[in-house]
Amino acid sequence: MNFTLKIWRQKNAKAKGKFVTYKLNDISSNCSFLEMLDILNEQLVLKGDEPVAFDHDCREGICGTCSLYINGHPHGPDTAVTTCQLHMRKFRDGDTIVVEPWRAKPFPVIKDLIVNRNAFDQIIQAGGFISVNTGGIPDANAILIPKEDADYSMDAAACIGCGACVAACKNASAMLFVAAKVSHLALLPQGKAEASDRVQAMVRKMDELGFGNCTNTGACEAECPKQISITNIARMNREFLGAKVGSQKKRVSSGGGF
Amino acid sequence: MNKLNSKIPEGPLAQKWSNYKDHINLVNPANKRKLDIIVVGTGLAGASAAASLGALGFKVKAFCYQDSSRRAHSIAAQGGINASKNYQNDGDSVYRLFYDTIKGGDYRAREANVYRLAEVSGNIIDQSVALGVPFAREYGGLLDNRSFGGAQVSRTFYARGQTGQQLLLGAYSALSRQVKLGNVELFERHEMLDVVLVEGRARGIIARNLVDGNIERYSAHAVILATGGYGNVFFLSTNAMGSNTTAIWKAFKRGALFGNPCFTQIHPTCIPVHGDYQSKLTLMSESLRNDGRIWVPKRKEDVEALRHGKMKPKDISEENRDYYLERRYPAFGNLVPRDVASRAAKERCDAGFGVGETGLAVFLDFAASIKRLGKSTIEERYGNLFQMYYKIVNEDPYENPMMIYPAVHYTMGGLWVDYELQSTIPGLFVAGEANFSDHGANRLGASALMQGLADGYFVLPYTMQNYLADQINVPRFKTDLPEFDAAESAVNAQIQKLMNIKGNKTADHFHKQLGKIMWEYVGMGRNKAGLEKAVEQIRQVKADFWKDLKIPGETTELNPELEKAGRIADFLELGELMAMDALNREESCGGHFREEYQTPEGEAMRNDEKYMYVAAWEFKGENSVPEMHKEALKYESIEVKQRNYK
Ligand code: FES
Repeated sequence: MNFTLKIWRQKNAKAKGKFVTYKLNDISSNCSFLEMLDILNEQLVLKGDEPVAFDHDCREGICGTCSLYINGHPHGPDTAVTTCQLHMRKFRDGDTIVVEPWRAKPFPVIKDLIVNRNAFDQIIQAGGFISVNTGGIPDANAILIPKEDADYSMDAAACIGCGACVAACKNASAMLFVAAKVSHLALLPQGKAEASDRVQAMVRKMDELGFGNCTNTGACEAECPKQISITNIARMNREFLGAKVGSQKKRVSSGGGF
Repeated sequence: MNKLNSKIPEGPLAQKWSNYKDHINLVNPANKRKLDIIVVGTGLAGASAAASLGALGFKVKAFCYQDSSRRAHSIAAQGGINASKNYQNDGDSVYRLFYDTIKGGDYRAREANVYRLAEVSGNIIDQSVALGVPFAREYGGLLDNRSFGGAQVSRTFYARGQTGQQLLLGAYSALSRQVKLGNVELFERHEMLDVVLVEGRARGIIARNLVDGNIERYSAHAVILATGGYGNVFFLSTNAMGSNTTAIWKAFKRGALFGNPCFTQIHPTCIPVHGDYQSKLTLMSESLRNDGRIWVPKRKEDVEALRHGKMKPKDISEENRDYYLERRYPAFGNLVPRDVASRAAKERCDAGFGVGETGLAVFLDFAASIKRLGKSTIEERYGNLFQMYYKIVNEDPYENPMMIYPAVHYTMGGLWVDYELQSTIPGLFVAGEANFSDHGANRLGASALMQGLADGYFVLPYTMQNYLADQINVPRFKTDLPEFDAAESAVNAQIQKLMNIKGNKTADHFHKQLGKIMWEYVGMGRNKAGLEKAVEQIRQVKADFWKDLKIPGETTELNPELEKAGRIADFLELGELMAMDALNREESCGGHFREEYQTPEGEAMRNDEKYMYVAAWEFKGENSVPEMHKEALKYESIEVKQRNYK
């Protein structure tokens, strides 16, 4: 297959970027999208040009490293896959393919197609955890968890933190990402104790980092490679409102460091 | 003098770990915060170690090359994690898990370490549940289990097909909490390029900031390497693209011994190779062998008919199918250990019964299970794996059997460590896949996650205190010591040398060449002539690499080609050591199959008299032959037998 690629090139965070057009021929339809970029890069390097920088690691759809906004869709035109799982058979011979980085203020471009998603880690650090130290834990079967709750929790926990939801959203909202973590933990008895503090801390951090508001367009759910449902956002809103009502109590953090 | 003191505690096997814990030196809380620890790698071992040590009050700096600590390759483990909880009441126990692990590793692992691993396995499940890992449940609300290869009990806990992801996110959340509490500082997009020794002890690292190319110095009282395995020496493997050997290789060159480098695990159920542009191989979880049956056609004419599309797999009648694992190993059937399953697949394909375009594939068939359990049950158990297969291969595994073939997956070898997980460099600890310790010559499925978390949550927090107890009066290290100057110049010199080659070939070109040699001669079947050829050919590739490599761009910016080149330079050296180690070991054991040493039925033939030892290699300088040291293995609580899964 033959393709025309229009790829965003940007030397570093400060430089101005622009689209550059490349022709690429004789690509197998079984080739993955990133393997297609590998082939392009090999050609560029041999010509003495700089290869296109893009993020990737596991190449099996689980680490959340790969990104790319392809023909107007985060992770490209296929559904329920990450860019690394996208195959060229999803395109037509002769297609022009436009490749951009995630575009969102809280995700500044580092180089070409690579952005900085550290904001997501900061949101988790704000409260996306259960406060237990290592050791001294009762037997795992001491808490019974209805299968259904565990399954719903797992649905939300499947989030890979790639940022497609933010890239898909015209407001650059991180609601789906935050809601997935809030739901994952709030649905489990272990996570209930801190549920209200957690949701408040995470939402506060999200706002502080400059993510936009959610206006319920549903674009995030549609583009999520792990099909995380926006019902999680509704659940988070309930948690959040509930938390606000009862937020007067003061807490002293326990454990960890002296 | 023997360099290898494994420091196995006194006492009966079952009491060793408690005896050890009862007698170690501890560090009091006020002193902990005066002590710094560097952790390189944030996978299961690294993240759990950093979080646990941070929670104890040590000051931890954690490094990873990924853009976030949540993305280390532990995340890709699918099937599950073993623990001897005996929740199923099917006869499991600490001893049985220990026994299965030693036997599965073909009697080449250290007894005391493995027993400890089995002993703490249950705590890992407790800890992970407390952190919010949504393990699969039964309807009554209790935890569910499945079975895995090499065991006759159900002791594997799982979270759909994403167990590694969920366990890692659990450890990552604990780590994130310690970041918030100020006990852990994270350095993402940082790659360790050397370890710094001061007066013989590990006291810091040199790392490259991958965003701006800065070479940076970090000091600490002790260093932990938890940087994973080196399967990418084969170019194609199930590892992440960035997985590499550089951290442990640099430590090797600074004096840490490398244990059993040739012990590689070839996983039996991966999606077959399909083209020369292919960049990595995808694993299909071993858990699929619970419900899938492996077979190839019995008749060559059916093989031909399949290849030419004149026939579909389901057209082949039962009596014309060869369920070769069930045939050869009736007791374990499709659940034999990985090394056995992989070799059996290779044997059938070499004999001309392989399927698929290349003839290098076998069927993994779910038709019988779908009939017995219904499609929805299979979907619930393996839905995401089936979807993954479909997306890659473009064929529906509910309709046609999957096609699979073995691929490089895990490396049992790694830096040699003693019972405390300390390498031969004092103060340098090694955890998870990066060390050699617990799996012998073959790792059982669902045991990698167990080992990574055992090391990080439950072993290092004790053993490091024992090491650091007499370090409380050592003030924080400055990084302007001459040792740091020297290490930094060495790192800069290597980078300059790579950049200055200005040749005509890309880093990947050499990596692929190396991978081909490794797969051909140091892969599933090895023999003397082939291994000798491998050593020779690797040296040639290495020479070409240093003459003809081309790296575009600058050193002072994000430069993926430079990153790759540095890693390949180390892989080229490691590949040679692996071949030498395989040459030395004139026996077959676990994943190491020397064709000269097999039983008449084609099973691995160990030579316990001569090779019941760990081969630990010592670096002797560039272009000098490394020296091998032996740690003899003693089995006191287990009878050493020929492995038998029949
Ligand atoms: S590279 Fe890991 S999800 Fe795409």
